[in-house]
Amino acid sequence: MNRVTSYLKSLMLLELLAGLGLTFKYLWRPKYTVRYPMEHIPKSNRFRGLHALRRYPNGEERCIACKLCEAVCPALAITIDSAPREDGTRRTTRYDIDLFKCIFCGFCEESCPVDSIVETSIHEYHFEKRGENVVTKPQLLAIGDRFEKEIAAARAQDAAFR
Amino acid sequence: MQEIKNYTMNFGPQHPAAHGVLRLVLEMDGETIVRADPHIGLLHRATEKLAESKPFNQSIGYMDRLDYVSMMCNEHAYVRAIESLLGVEAPERAQWIRTMFDEITRILNHLMWVGSNALDLGAMAVFLYAFREREELMDCYEAVSGARMHATYYRPGGVYRDLPEVMPKYGESKWHKGKDLERRNAWRGGSMLDFLDAFCADFPRRVDEYEELLTNNRIWKQRTVDIGIVSPEQALAWGMSGPMLRGSGVEWDLRKKQPYAKYADVDFDIPVGVKGDCYDRYLVRVEEMRQSNRIIKQCVDWLRANPGPVMVRNYKVAPPSRVEMKDDMEALIHHFKLFTEGYSVPAGETYSAVEAPKGEFGIYLVSDGANKPFRLKCRAPSFVHLSSMDAIVRGHMLPDVVAMIGTYDVVFGEVDR
Repeated sequence: MNRVTSYLKSLMLLELLAGLGLTFKYLWRPKYTVRYPMEHIPKSNRFRGLHALRRYPNGEERCIACKLCEAVCPALAITIDSAPREDGTRRTTRYDIDLFKCIFCGFCEESCPVDSIVETSIHEYHFEKRGENVVTKPQLLAIGDRFEKEIAAARAQDAAFR
Repeated sequence: MQEIKNYTMNFGPQHPAAHGVLRLVLEMDGETIVRADPHIGLLHRATEKLAESKPFNQSIGYMDRLDYVSMMCNEHAYVRAIESLLGVEAPERAQWIRTMFDEITRILNHLMWVGSNALDLGAMAVFLYAFREREELMDCYEAVSGARMHATYYRPGGVYRDLPEVMPKYGESKWHKGKDLERRNAWRGGSMLDFLDAFCADFPRRVDEYEELLTNNRIWKQRTVDIGIVSPEQALAWGMSGPMLRGSGVEWDLRKKQPYAKYADVDFDIPVGVKGDCYDRYLVRVEEMRQSNRIIKQCVDWLRANPGPVMVRNYKVAPPSRVEMKDDMEALIHHFKLFTEGYSVPAGETYSAVEAPKGEFGIYLVSDGANKPFRLKCRAPSFVHLSSMDAIVRGHMLPDVVAMIGTYDVVFGEVDR
């Protein structure tokens, strides 16, 4: 008897129909996907994306060329040269990040004592020419200037945790 | 009559079912495997050697990239090795967070496995369902660490940051607004623990869905039942661990046998197989997902009730908080010392293993008292499993090799390191 029922069950393709039924059920459910790039999936305020160099509210750049980020970078992606400026303060003359080397671990941001280098939540960027993977100091400062509001807001939200 | 000879063929390294860059040289007799010779090393990145040239903390990020579908488990083994040499113990809350994220990682890994293995064996849909849940867990990864995969979240002495109070939400758009948007953000109203709570309540139903698609499916059974049988003796002799060993009926799980983090305090069962074929290993992994879900639930409950520090307050090992660093000269000096030189670990050697989703992932660490490891050795489960390839697939048909590679759950990041 048992064998007969199992044979009949097998003949009726019950388990295949159950699987198809699941697919059919999902046909009527709301879709899970988003319409990228018009829509985005949620992004945390801790997101580690493209780097930026920040400025103080008075327009002075924060970076003091202490080279902690250069020292801590596991991928050796950061290159810094520094010299005293005309007013005698120590500043970077060169601040390059090679985005091909960078592993986005966030150590540079962790190490920065003046909150200058940050990893913003920008994740959509591209390079068109060879060599554009090395972002220079003016570029990094420009990113920082452009997104300062978002950067500051995300840091403020997370301040209690760091 | 013309004599038919064995011929040799390459399986991979560019074969989609080879799970990365496995090059299998197969000696075939018709469609039967006579000899299988895995060639590895195409993803070699010298992680072990690299670690010798960097202060301890800087290699955490590279541990993520070993087995790139079970990131935090690898980190866990590494930071445990450092902690045991340093004689530092992470605060209790950090231990619970680690336990929780290890289990999240296990689910992430098994989801990836069930999806890609089914895809290899001709079932497309499971992959899509599995990746839906993966997405939610990756959101947790991102919410806590800032990266969806390569978290760099565990540190010697705890974890980097406490769990966030808010979960990121879906934004409004032309296609999703009003009620629809509310539905999407239904779980995301509260903290990350609320989100995980909702996830845990829902996840068993989702596992039922994968099972509905696969467990009784005749095609799935034809491809997996009685394929690649590993006897318990064979499994032990080949040094297998994890689901490969449990699938053969050996009840061995480091979480039970040598509890670390908070596994001794959580309640869970370890599933074992009976026959040791691909189908048993599939069932073991599916059940492990359910058990992981149970553990996550218990961790969520504990973490809710017990706030506290997540990092040791020992500035020789862990950097001070940012506020302190900016106010206090002493703290600033510690900050600079830690991020340039790192800390020195007392001379000695240690082996610390965790039950990674694929098996026993261990780090053997030798320190000569400097601020860098003298030698680091990763004991990668995939590597050990892959070595038994020839013995297991001999006599099987060519399509069974695909099923076998899938069930080994090899990830080349850790095989080649």
